[in-house]
Amino acid sequence: MLRRTACRLLRGVMAQVFDRGVVLAFKVGALIGLVLIVALSFAWRWSIAYPYALHAPPPQPLPFSHQHHVRDDGIDCRYCHTSVEKSAFAGIPSSDICMTCHSQLFSQVALFEPLRQSLRMNARLRWTRVNDLPDFVYFDHSAHVSHGVPCRECHGRIDQMPLTARAASLEMQWCLSCHRDPAPHLVEPEHVFDMQPQPAPSKVEQGHLLAHYAILDVRRLTDCSTCHR
Amino acid sequence: MQGELHPDDLQSDSFSDERRRFLKLLAASAALAGSGCSGPPPETIVPFARSPEESLPGRPLFYATHLTLGGYGMGVLVETNEGRPTKVEGNPLHPASLGATDVFGQAAVLQLWDPERSQTILHRGAVATWSEFLLAMEERLSQFDRSRGEGLFLLTGRVCSPTLQHQLERLRERYPQANWHQYEPLHRDFELQGSQLAFGRTYDTRYFLDRARVLLTLDADFLSCAPCSVRYARDLIKRRNPEAGPMSRIYALESFPGLIGAKADHRLALSPGEIRQFLVHLARSLGISSEGAGDSPAPAFENALLQDLNANPGACLIMPGTALAPELHALVHVINHRLGGVGKTFEHIEPVAFEPTLHRESIRQLAEAIDQRRVQMLVILDGNPAYDAPADLELARRLRAVPESVHLSLYVDETSTQCTWHVPRAHEFEHWSDTRSFEGTVGIVQPLIAPLYGGRSVHELMSVLLRTPATTPYDSVHTYWQRSFSAADDDAWHKALRDGVVPGTARPAVSITPKVPAAPPAPAATLLHRDPTSLVASFVPDQSVFDGRFANNAWLQEIPRSMSKLTWDNAAYVSPHTAAELRVETGDEIEMRHGPRSIRAGIWVLPDHADGCVTLPLGYGRTHAGSIGNGVGFDAYRLRTLEDPWHADVQVAATSSKWSLVTTQNHAQMQGRKILRRASAEEFAHNPHFATSDEDERIPDHTLYPDYPRDSYQWGMVIDLNACIGCNACTIACQAENNIPVVGKEEVDRGREMHWIRVDRYYREEGRHIGAEFQPVPCMQCERAPCEVVCPVEASIHDSQGLNVQVYNRCVGTRFCSNNCPYKVRRFNFLQYSNTTEESLKALQNPDVTVRQRGVMEKCTYCVQRIQRGRIDAQRSGQRIQDGEVVTACQAVCPTQAITFGDINDPDSQVRRLKASPRNYALLAQLNTRPRTTYLAQVVNINPAADGPASERERDEV
Repeated sequence: MLRRTACRLLRGVMAQVFDRGVVLAFKVGALIGLVLIVALSFAWRWSIAYPYALHAPPPQPLPFSHQHHVRDDGIDCRYCHTSVEKSAFAGIPSSDICMTCHSQLFSQVALFEPLRQSLRMNARLRWTRVNDLPDFVYFDHSAHVSHGVPCRECHGRIDQMPLTARAASLEMQWCLSCHRDPAPHLVEPEHVFDMQPQPAPSKVEQGHLLAHYAILDVRRLTDCSTCHR
Repeated sequence: MQGELHPDDLQSDSFSDERRRFLKLLAASAALAGSGCSGPPPETIVPFARSPEESLPGRPLFYATHLTLGGYGMGVLVETNEGRPTKVEGNPLHPASLGATDVFGQAAVLQLWDPERSQTILHRGAVATWSEFLLAMEERLSQFDRSRGEGLFLLTGRVCSPTLQHQLERLRERYPQANWHQYEPLHRDFELQGSQLAFGRTYDTRYFLDRARVLLTLDADFLSCAPCSVRYARDLIKRRNPEAGPMSRIYALESFPGLIGAKADHRLALSPGEIRQFLVHLARSLGISSEGAGDSPAPAFENALLQDLNANPGACLIMPGTALAPELHALVHVINHRLGGVGKTFEHIEPVAFEPTLHRESIRQLAEAIDQRRVQMLVILDGNPAYDAPADLELARRLRAVPESVHLSLYVDETSTQCTWHVPRAHEFEHWSDTRSFEGTVGIVQPLIAPLYGGRSVHELMSVLLRTPATTPYDSVHTYWQRSFSAADDDAWHKALRDGVVPGTARPAVSITPKVPAAPPAPAATLLHRDPTSLVASFVPDQSVFDGRFANNAWLQEIPRSMSKLTWDNAAYVSPHTAAELRVETGDEIEMRHGPRSIRAGIWVLPDHADGCVTLPLGYGRTHAGSIGNGVGFDAYRLRTLEDPWHADVQVAATSSKWSLVTTQNHAQMQGRKILRRASAEEFAHNPHFATSDEDERIPDHTLYPDYPRDSYQWGMVIDLNACIGCNACTIACQAENNIPVVGKEEVDRGREMHWIRVDRYYREEGRHIGAEFQPVPCMQCERAPCEVVCPVEASIHDSQGLNVQVYNRCVGTRFCSNNCPYKVRRFNFLQYSNTTEESLKALQNPDVTVRQRGVMEKCTYCVQRIQRGRIDAQRSGQRIQDGEVVTACQAVCPTQAITFGDINDPDSQVRRLKASPRNYALLAQLNTRPRTTYLAQVVNINPAADGPASERERDEV
């Protein structure tokens, strides 16, 4: 083969090695490959995306309004999310917690029938999860709350949400943006459950907050084993 | 799916088609993307309608309850996550547990969630309902009311439950003519008969191994398969620490190599007949009986032993095995009393079980009654007699002759299929009951979950028989104890539930003296080895399936048996000498004949087995165990007859077939490397640093890698080889804690077992004496981990607390890390081993640990989920983690506390103290991997008077 080509060259017959059809096929093939790669990347990205978009509230069995309960009524987060300071899971209130008020208030409203029925029949309500982390991530509410990370840092202005929606991307780089440098995100313990944004802490205040929460070593915050096991 | 592609579609050579093909391809890929994958499904959160007390979602709750083995209870604390029992821990307050459990305890959760458990009531094989069953029982029982119970037969196992005892007593009042039979395949008949011979009636004996300076065991492997094994292991090891005073000395005689033999300082493999001879001779040497002829089969062994027995009055103990003949049990009682150990190393107590009877006799009488057509209705409360009763009774055939039979059991097993009614039994985690431990302490069994498949408890069935079907098991148990506690309020009841023990209920010691029995008769014919093809078969409980009841438990089936490291099978174990005589080797099939029955089994050659005998583990060859246990191994019960329940003389013939026997450890030698280091007590006294006296046994001082910062917590582990008994509890506890899948026999054969902590077994050859030693090997958590530098995606990486972590979501499965690991502790998911489809098995998983997918490497993490929980809890309270607050699963379960884990930065931590021990050494230290897990070398307490272990194997034919 090589010899034949060399002979052709010597003879000065500079014939094309690939004819036009083959060149076209190469080009088309390359294009197909490119399109496939792009399409598959998008497909993969889509396949791991959250089922509900950012700020888009998923359907729920009851149109529960955080705005009403938090802003209008001024109920503390912990009244319903009872385990947020003790457990990894903040806790979704059981129906009897709802009924501490709603047995008196709006006790006849048709909208709340699923709630009343749940207690009557001892049937559980099925809420759609709004903030869903991958199963290999072990997020712990109590660890964050006890270290001065306010609720709104991840959940946004829940007091302004008539229907609850995801407020942050919940992607790993978003987690790491805080884990790499937690100080600007921290608040005093008494403001953890506040919805009103606090003024950004100064450098000195940040140092005090870090010392107060004994966050001495940020390396631990970026260890794989902190969130993955 | 639309536009599916076929490989042929892509192999067209026609260029003119290309454009159309291109469009097709594009459409196909779009369709694939559209329908082939979909985003993660929306998840739901389902809060309680009414939140129960104490429930805190995301945090486990622990309940004290009990597991039973042959009737005797062991206290456990069961972890439940959102109401799902997921992990068993020992109950530190319970005398049979002291915080640890055995392998069966760990595997109990898998049995609970086993999707193949019986789920419906069956009447003659057809699905029936509870009310139909009640109706049928009403009809029968009203007949028995008239006949005062004539024709009503009840078969139970050993009864240690006070409530069941009370119900049985009431049943007798109601039906005086009814018959109650008891049968456990692993019964204690010979022990009971021995006690009757020595004392005139039945007593139990409770041993205090922590007070014995000299211990002799006679075919008594009490470290496994016994309800007392966890406690006795702890007691035994208390006196085996060379750094805390003088060690005890253990002499072991055994035919089948057991865990105690591996731990013994002097061990000799003798056949059952020789052990008998030895004991008779020992009695004569001690001046107890002048009778009995013949020489000792092991004179040097006996001399060394005698010297120790005489030198330690009141601190000696002889433990006879279950299989020893009754007269030998009686003889051991006399010797033990003569050695002055009563009240010190052992004591006699009232029998723990209710009305202990001879189970062989009891089941024989039942078979006789069936033949005489006296049995109108037989109620079998648990147990599987059609499978495990003496083979010559042919109980399966006889059961079919019973007009009405009811079988309560966890599975539709061999017995259920022979009975007219089958009722699913509630698992021990699903019902109310009570039980007594091996030394009598009462514990209440409380349910952790409502019966998954509508199972009924023993008490519920007894209530039916007592014509009070509305009485719930809770009523039965609670009412019984309300009367006993005498207090008007329920405080004592609640305290008993919370603690898991009823204080002050251990059986008190009784003061009795044995009378010297008549000279034991010559060994039974079954104990004599006559010619090479006639062997003495010994029946032993299997380490994994016990008497067969755990046959469908995949965790237990896959656990390598301690000595052979055999998985997924039992085998006929013989010594190399016997195998040579039979001209067989491991994997060859032999046929064993005893009387009219014969079985075929695969041979496994065990180096330290006694000659002239073959050991047959019971509990295999099941036909109705379930898909895991069916057809695994051979059924040794087929050779077990009424005549002698523990031995049989079998005619052996090799066949031309082969058995595929699968092991996890094919090598048994250390090939000159000091993997497991050991010295005698004398050497240790002389040179405490014996384990690291050579340069290449120490970690080199220099390394080219930069050091890690060492602030905060730095986790480390020490494994004391002197305490490890090789029981495998750590392996299975790790499996339960870390969602480790089973892989099955074929995959184990390919070397793909997934256990994160394995227990290696090595044979030590000293002269002609061979002994086994164990070494648990988890990930060493190397500070200079060879796995980390080769990972292309940094899935294997160090964290700031010194853990060598494996990030599953990063791992791409190159397996470079595993190739580069000198300890071979990394495990790869070659296939999708984790069952992620079976609903009940999903519920079994630990929610704190990722369930790994195919293609991912995994390994021991020092239970990072427990460390993380400890850290978060400590941070919340603003404290440092205290030593002992974070306990790994293997550490928690270890009966002998061989594993210590903690912060090596904490100067007061136990792990730091142990790492300062002169016995501390690192495995393959010369590689400079700087393991965080280190070992304490073994020290054995050899009797200097015994002329070295080389002379111990004294028989001429070896």
